[in-house]
Amino acid sequence: MIQIQNVHKSFGSLEVLKGINLEVNKGEVVSVIGGSGSGKSTLLYCINAIEKIQQGRIIVDDIDVHAKSTNRDKLRQKLGMVFQQWNSFPHLTVLENASLAPRIVLKMGRKEAMEIAKKELNHVGLGDKFDEYPTRMSGGQQQRLAIARALAMKPDYMLFDEVTSALDPELVGEVLDTLRMLRDDGMTMICVTHEIAFAREVSDKVAFFHQGVIEEIGTPEQVIVNPRKEATQKFLSKVLH
Amino acid sequence: MGNSFFTPLSWNDTGFILTGVLNTVTISLVAIIVGTLLGLAVGFIRAEANRFTNILLGGVLDALRSVPLIIQLILFSTYVGAIGHPLDPFVTGSIVLSLYSMAFMSEVFRGGFESVHHSMATAARSLGMSYWQTVAYIRLPIGLRAVFPSWLGVALSVIKDSALVSVIGYMELLRTSEQLISRTQQPLEILIGVGLFYFIVSYPLSLYGRYIERKMAI
Ligand SMILES: Nc1ncnc2c1ncn2[C@@H]1O[C@H](COP(=O)(O)OP(=O)(O)OP(=O)(O)O)[C@@H](O)[C@H]1O
Ligand SMILES: [Mg+2]
Repeated sequence: MIQIQNVHKSFGSLEVLKGINLEVNKGEVVSVIGGSGSGKSTLLYCINAIEKIQQGRIIVDDIDVHAKSTNRDKLRQKLGMVFQQWNSFPHLTVLENASLAPRIVLKMGRKEAMEIAKKELNHVGLGDKFDEYPTRMSGGQQQRLAIARALAMKPDYMLFDEVTSALDPELVGEVLDTLRMLRDDGMTMICVTHEIAFAREVSDKVAFFHQGVIEEIGTPEQVIVNPRKEATQKFLSKVLH
Repeated sequence: MGNSFFTPLSWNDTGFILTGVLNTVTISLVAIIVGTLLGLAVGFIRAEANRFTNILLGGVLDALRSVPLIIQLILFSTYVGAIGHPLDPFVTGSIVLSLYSMAFMSEVFRGGFESVHHSMATAARSLGMSYWQTVAYIRLPIGLRAVFPSWLGVALSVIKDSALVSVIGYMELLRTSEQLISRTQQPLEILIGVGLFYFIVSYPLSLYGRYIERKMAI
């Protein structure tokens, strides 16, 4: 379970998160929607300790993420993350991309790491690309590689930050399909997304971010179909038209 | 060396010439290897360090790059000689040439490290890699690839610049040929031969560098 309790985060004098509270249970899919600059990405970065917080607590399976004593490299093994920009490692083949972290972080043998990487690559539909270099693949394929690369670490949670935003429209579908498949596998996920229809379809909970606070949270039915707050209604009418 | 009689160039000079070739190759290799290792470390520090450190380091490196090598060689050998530690020309030459190539290579490597966008490192960290694993497995190999052609360019100029170490008495190729010239009075043949040596070493390497550059551009 991920527990986010009264989290405040500032960049210099700019307060980006102003007291965020959120719980994500095992097996849940939570979508985060909201306007540009509302703090969605920042929250994900705080969850896996890429960014520090100024106040509050984030607890992942009883581990206090920002406590001094926490081994954050180890914590990040539990939390897979995929970014808007896929960041394939250009000097490594697809198979090496996905097997590197299991090898050097989990200290797996080469063969075992390869096996796990192959399994995850097959899973996301890249079974015929093992020896390809990622720079020769489409954005959609590279984004699926990024997902497989994260999954190869056997994370308990997956954090997705607008993973389809940088893709050509015709490639969005294949990546969303991969996310649907993960949900069906029972993966716990937090998806920051601009794909409102997708959020409505896959989520157990939807959180609407507005100016650093969660303005509204609930089931997709509550937040996307029948939003109560004016800011939510405004945002949705803007993005749905 | 008496100039009262000249003896023409002969096969007996081969050994002498080869010594010069060997010494040129040796001091070039030393300077390239030491310069590369130090340059990597300094380039990395510059890519990571704050502005203050960078201004300090940048000043030293700028000095090394802008003062002509020949002046650095003479200054260093005179200065170190003056404080009572006359050094072997090979040692003096190696130190000065290594620092000189470090100054250029550090800029090359700094550019390499900086060419790797920080989001690449963030992606690696998010997989659980430590800071140093990210440096070793991601930032270094990607950065090195990006700057390999520039590195090769610096290495080639180090080979050519090594000829200047002759001024402090190191018996590299140019100095051996100077001695041969004064004995044989055949400057044309000898200098053409020496020039040809540098060309044969440099040209294939620079062709290779251009090939890699083209390949990476695709
Ligand atoms: N490293 C940083 N340094 C300073 N300010 C930052 C930094 N990262 C984000 N910000 C600022 O924090 C605010 C929230 O940014 P964030 O990226 O979390 O928004 P977002 O909701 O993800 O927006 P988008 O939909 O555009 O991705 C923005 O005003 C942004 O400019
Ligand atoms: Mg964002």
